[in-house]
Amino acid sequence: MATPVKAPGHVAAPGKGGVGDSPLRPDGTLKVAGEFAYASDLWMDGMLWGATLRSPHARARILSIDISAALAHPGVHAVLTHEDVPGKKHYGLDLTEDQPVLAIGEVRHQGEPIALVAADHPETARRAMEKIAIEWEVLEPVTDPRKVIADPEKYKVQRLGGITRHQPVRVGDVDAARERAEVVVSGEYEVGIQDQAFLGPEAGLAAPSEDGGLDMYVSTQWMHWDLKQIAPCLGLPEDRIHMTMAGVGGAFGGREDLSMQIHAGMLALHTGKPVKMSYNRYESFFGHVHRHPAQMRYEYGATRDGRIVYADVEIILDGGAYTSSTLNVTGNAASLGVGPYVIPNIRIDAYGVYTNNPPCGAMRGFGAVQACFAYESMMDKLAEACGITPVQVRQRNAISQGDKLATGQIVDAPAPLAEMLARAEAMPLPPPADQSDIRNLPGGASQTTHGEGVVRGVGYGVGLKNICFSEGFDDYSTARVRLEVIGGEPTALVHTAAAEVGQGLVTLKAQIARTELGVQKVTIAPADNQVGSAGSSSASRQSYMTGGAVKAACEAVRAELFRLAGWRLGREFDDLSLVGGKVVSRSEGVLASIEEILGDKVIEETREFHHHPTQRMHPVTGQGNSHTQLGLCVHRAVVDVDVELGLVKVVELAAVQDVGKIMNLLSLEGQIHGGTAQGLGLAVMEEIVVTNGLVRNPSFTDYLIPTILDMPPMRLDILENPDPKAPYGLRGAGEPPTLSSTPAVVAAIRDATGKALTRVPVRPEHIVS
Amino acid sequence: MRVNFTVNGSKETVDDVWEGESLLYMLRERMGLPGSKNACEQGECGSCTVYLDGVPACSCLVAAGQVEGREVRTVEGLATGSTGSDQELDPVQEAFVEAGAVQCGFCTPGLIVQSHDLINRVPDPSDAEIREALAGNLCRCTGYEKILDAVRLAASRKAAAAK
Repeated sequence: MATPVKAPGHVAAPGKGGVGDSPLRPDGTLKVAGEFAYASDLWMDGMLWGATLRSPHARARILSIDISAALAHPGVHAVLTHEDVPGKKHYGLDLTEDQPVLAIGEVRHQGEPIALVAADHPETARRAMEKIAIEWEVLEPVTDPRKVIADPEKYKVQRLGGITRHQPVRVGDVDAARERAEVVVSGEYEVGIQDQAFLGPEAGLAAPSEDGGLDMYVSTQWMHWDLKQIAPCLGLPEDRIHMTMAGVGGAFGGREDLSMQIHAGMLALHTGKPVKMSYNRYESFFGHVHRHPAQMRYEYGATRDGRIVYADVEIILDGGAYTSSTLNVTGNAASLGVGPYVIPNIRIDAYGVYTNNPPCGAMRGFGAVQACFAYESMMDKLAEACGITPVQVRQRNAISQGDKLATGQIVDAPAPLAEMLARAEAMPLPPPADQSDIRNLPGGASQTTHGEGVVRGVGYGVGLKNICFSEGFDDYSTARVRLEVIGGEPTALVHTAAAEVGQGLVTLKAQIARTELGVQKVTIAPADNQVGSAGSSSASRQSYMTGGAVKAACEAVRAELFRLAGWRLGREFDDLSLVGGKVVSRSEGVLASIEEILGDKVIEETREFHHHPTQRMHPVTGQGNSHTQLGLCVHRAVVDVDVELGLVKVVELAAVQDVGKIMNLLSLEGQIHGGTAQGLGLAVMEEIVVTNGLVRNPSFTDYLIPTILDMPPMRLDILENPDPKAPYGLRGAGEPPTLSSTPAVVAAIRDATGKALTRVPVRPEHIVS
Repeated sequence: MRVNFTVNGSKETVDDVWEGESLLYMLRERMGLPGSKNACEQGECGSCTVYLDGVPACSCLVAAGQVEGREVRTVEGLATGSTGSDQELDPVQEAFVEAGAVQCGFCTPGLIVQSHDLINRVPDPSDAEIREALAGNLCRCTGYEKILDAVRLAASRKAAAAK
């Protein structure tokens, strides 16, 4: 079987270090040397380049498509439309099958794929694409999600709706509580569309295989779920598609949905040649879903001393034309709609709707980010109304272990929010900016100020995120671990299908193998579908789930090794452990080395790891034990604002996060830093600007993400209160900081300016208006 | 067209280059040097940064034909020795791995070339100088804290080695 040049291979995990240490990344040397094989680096002899023709309209009928001129273009090998889809013509991330592989008679969002071209050079493919002639009837797009909720039938953009999901939450009696409230605050909040903006655009390669199927090299978050969607559309059984993970250049939710997978597969099957597809940045903005924009109305009633007695909440999430993950994003917004606070009377209505705006789905924080901006803004408003500090109001209402969430679910693991807030507040504040260096001021080297008009502000934010999949989904993971003697040394091979998207799971898998098997040498096999599903690299779940699976597989290998030890040594032991490559009896000391016990035997075990079952939210009351685990993060932001020009410089971000158990400090800090940076981006700069369904800024020139000048130094305080149900007591850590940093930064800007700031990203005109 | 230039110390001739191709495309797709990354093709992200006659440049903004007779050094040319056990990474490359400055790694080649240049010009850069030098390189994973750590570490190691 032909393999691509630069195909992913086995990597030896360098150095030492088990659970709790920070060994070097197994893929680190390849990455710094420029030799790591990302999806866009794949190359195969005789391969063609695929390209995708996309809709310029937000909503239009396709009256005709003429591909003849494109097909006649020299160097073109194939031009395909929906008529050429070999199997099912629709797919969907949540298996809703509402998204056409290629548009059929109608487009429902700008950038919707219509036709595919395969050619011998990417530029040839692009030029041929321009020769595809389409006759359009442009329609008025549906762009106002409130209109859809008011009249879902009239503003239906596809067969499913209308409204994707309406999830209510009902606790107590809000109307009765309103009568008793001594203080009432309310607000309307808005979150713009954020993009994952991973650096490595969508790419992959599909090649016809010897068994009439396909070898697919893709960068994705969950290859087994991809396969479930790809195979029926290509008309192939799942076992004829051989999936291998190509290097992933970041994900953040943006690779949960399919992008080029089915398309490259179609072109490869049609031409009989390997086909590579690699989006450029412009296409990438249309090639994946974004974070849902949100419109939110909140009303809280409280006692005079700031204890919340009711919450009345409406959250509207615009999912765009297709379902993607809107069902679950809406569920999250509902269940986490008031955050980590104890509120006796709650009425939440969360809606996900279909429109012709850009399609939205998973992004780090997944429905919790939007609600968090609103509920944290409300906490500050309440503090002001009650004359108490932002920290006090949060502490007075904070959940802790044993309390109930809005869904009625009891918090059954440590959740020391009040203490975390106290720790955040107690951290030393940064000194005033040294104004002798202009780079320390808002506007920096642009010389917009020498200190005049600059005001400092401090703000807090708290985020509550569900870890692992919720609402009854069994997102198990599978690991295969093999132990054998190679070159005289016991060596563990760890094989999973889990996506290493940058987060460092590849390092953690080796650490767990070292700790559980007492060996030094660990090799990580490339992720592929020759082993069972690992679930998605999302929902901060891989340390918990694939970590749990690797641990379980190692335990099975260890048990087998101990059985072998008993057989070799001629008697049974019940007090064995593996330490430093030796089989050790607690009572008798070192018995033998692992290689002596193993000899030429190979022990290989595969285990699935399942988290404890969860429940769907009740469709009317929203009640239910819907979440697997909860993660908390507190941020304190310090900003300097030029109040005359509306320019913001974030001076420092401090975070307090409870992670249960520090598995790898270096990777963990990287997750908190990176999550915080994405939250900062949403607070002050990141938005896909849309007018009448059309994206105005699909480039890194116009869609800004934080640079090293925008991101301030961070101060971290990491707590380890173990979750007894989780492997090693760990708690997923990647997402909570993304939630809390946004409201903290905005609160700090409010503190500096006195402005209401009800929309993110905050723009200069919001500050100076 | 034909392009003759020096890449990572070796004289190369590349045939059949289409005039519209960038230096980045030629390196990645015609020369088997995909270390320089394509993430925006607009000079905004810095992932494709290479040395062009000793000066860092976004290779996506340089037409392939413009490097005729010139010298290019890519991330692949920073380590000495070939891949494998005899490969010796540059201190900047080592520091990026050790400091945790690498997550997905897509921005890493560009950041390494840019940091390599900074430390050559300014052996003991201040944080403000590091931030200014790397302001044209986007990273989406790390929040940049560990990248600052890596540059500080590499600078101190290079200084120690020079003594």
